[in-house]
Amino acid sequence: MQWIDTILQGLLLGGLYALFATGLSLVFGIMRLVNLAHGDLIVLAAYLILILVSALGIDPFTAALIAAPVMFAVGWALQYVVLNRTLGDDILPPLLVTFGLSIVIQNALLEGFSADSRKIPAGALETQSIALGGINVGVMPVLTFVSAIAVIVALNQLFYRTALGRAFRATSDDPVTAGLMGIRAERLFAKATGIAMVVVTIAALYLGTRANFDPTIGPARLIYAFEAVIIGGLGSFWGTLIGGIIIGVSQAVGAAINPEWQILAGHIAFLIVLLVRPRGLFPRTVG
Amino acid sequence: MALLETRGLTAFYGDFQALFGVDVVVDEGEIIAIIGANGAGKTTLLRSLSGVLANEADAIRFDGAAIGSLPAPDVMARGIAMVPEGRKLFPSLSVQENLQIGTYGRKADGPWSLESVHALFPILKERRNNPSTALSGGQQQMVAIGRALMSNPRVLLCDELSLGLAPVTIRDIYAVMPRLRASGAAIVLVEQDIEQALKVADRVYCMMEGRITLSGTPAELSRDAIHDAYFGVA
Repeated sequence: MQWIDTILQGLLLGGLYALFATGLSLVFGIMRLVNLAHGDLIVLAAYLILILVSALGIDPFTAALIAAPVMFAVGWALQYVVLNRTLGDDILPPLLVTFGLSIVIQNALLEGFSADSRKIPAGALETQSIALGGINVGVMPVLTFVSAIAVIVALNQLFYRTALGRAFRATSDDPVTAGLMGIRAERLFAKATGIAMVVVTIAALYLGTRANFDPTIGPARLIYAFEAVIIGGLGSFWGTLIGGIIIGVSQAVGAAINPEWQILAGHIAFLIVLLVRPRGLFPRTVG
Repeated sequence: MALLETRGLTAFYGDFQALFGVDVVVDEGEIIAIIGANGAGKTTLLRSLSGVLANEADAIRFDGAAIGSLPAPDVMARGIAMVPEGRKLFPSLSVQENLQIGTYGRKADGPWSLESVHALFPILKERRNNPSTALSGGQQQMVAIGRALMSNPRVLLCDELSLGLAPVTIRDIYAVMPRLRASGAAIVLVEQDIEQALKVADRVYCMMEGRITLSGTPAELSRDAIHDAYFGVA
């Protein structure tokens, strides 16, 4: 029974990692851009929600609703003004620029909010739980997991049911020919990063209400997100969810055996998958 | 006034000059064939016309406006659609999605829609849910033509329609040209298959080494003259 509990908690934690990873997967799938500042942008969004909660006295979910369009605009402008200039045949410039952006965001947050650990207060929800048989699961972890699935369903609908989704896939296949179809890649990429930042906001909501955060924790979130994306296979959203779950369950099981093994167990699971299936479990260009 | 016109068009790939002052005129409803050997500059000309290669604004005029410096999406939005060399279908999209994406940058009223493209190429309706990679070369070419038609273009640029296709398939593809013309679009065909090009074209331009070496109606041009313009006079 204790093991079922451990695995279930790990599975729910995997939902959070999948939320971290989905935005990364989306951006990489469309424009082959690895955004090394992704984790820091999650932390930035968490501070934005925190400000809204404390300044307006609203609950974190309403705050995230307000933060989402703001983050969309941030993502749109970041891509259109900065990152589009780095895209090209050379893969180094986007890595350097987003690495620099990561440092800038961390230091700006440090300057603005100090190094103190913060947490987004979620009231009674923080401690509420549901009894499933003999196991109690927290309401917030369940909400996190359900949100991850909802985000992935929504993104798949967007990708496979709309004209915008067709344009995303076509541009990912062949940007020059997509231009002949009237698709302006630079604006399309800006929309994609904007959408990724909306997902980042959802991830930030659960990151910030679940545990403490401070300006320096972004890169570690990036690592988990990266591992989830790679395990799942680049560009597959459902694969990213599976990847997140594998890391979450590995960490929970590792921690149950010995608390020192929690983080290590996740990384080892990642390395094992990479050894057995170097292209990930569900490799696919986009979708 | 010509619908589409180039004046002294030059084009470069870095330091390499590919076009040396090309003058081409396309009138409303015409079928123009541009023939020439490999490396003559035919594809470069189409890349310039479609906006993939940027030029001097005034070097290309369309419907009275200078469009030479516009990027491809703007050119497409004005009504110049391209069937690229090698089809260039999107492998992540189904056959029907490949057709639908043709309207992304230009939604103009006209004779072409999913229904009329399906009527032109019935096999595409049958295979609409297949991935585009599952089709034969000829069927892929039909998708590429249909995709360009979906925007109801005023000029249709076709780059090497016959490339890599069996003769019988090439005949099938060219058999639809009269129907495309009847729908109102001017057509620019770039071809190495001279036979096919001369059969359907109203006027022919022959290119060699980045220049127009010969032009006229197919009836005016003798085989010898085309031979000389194509390969250079020995």
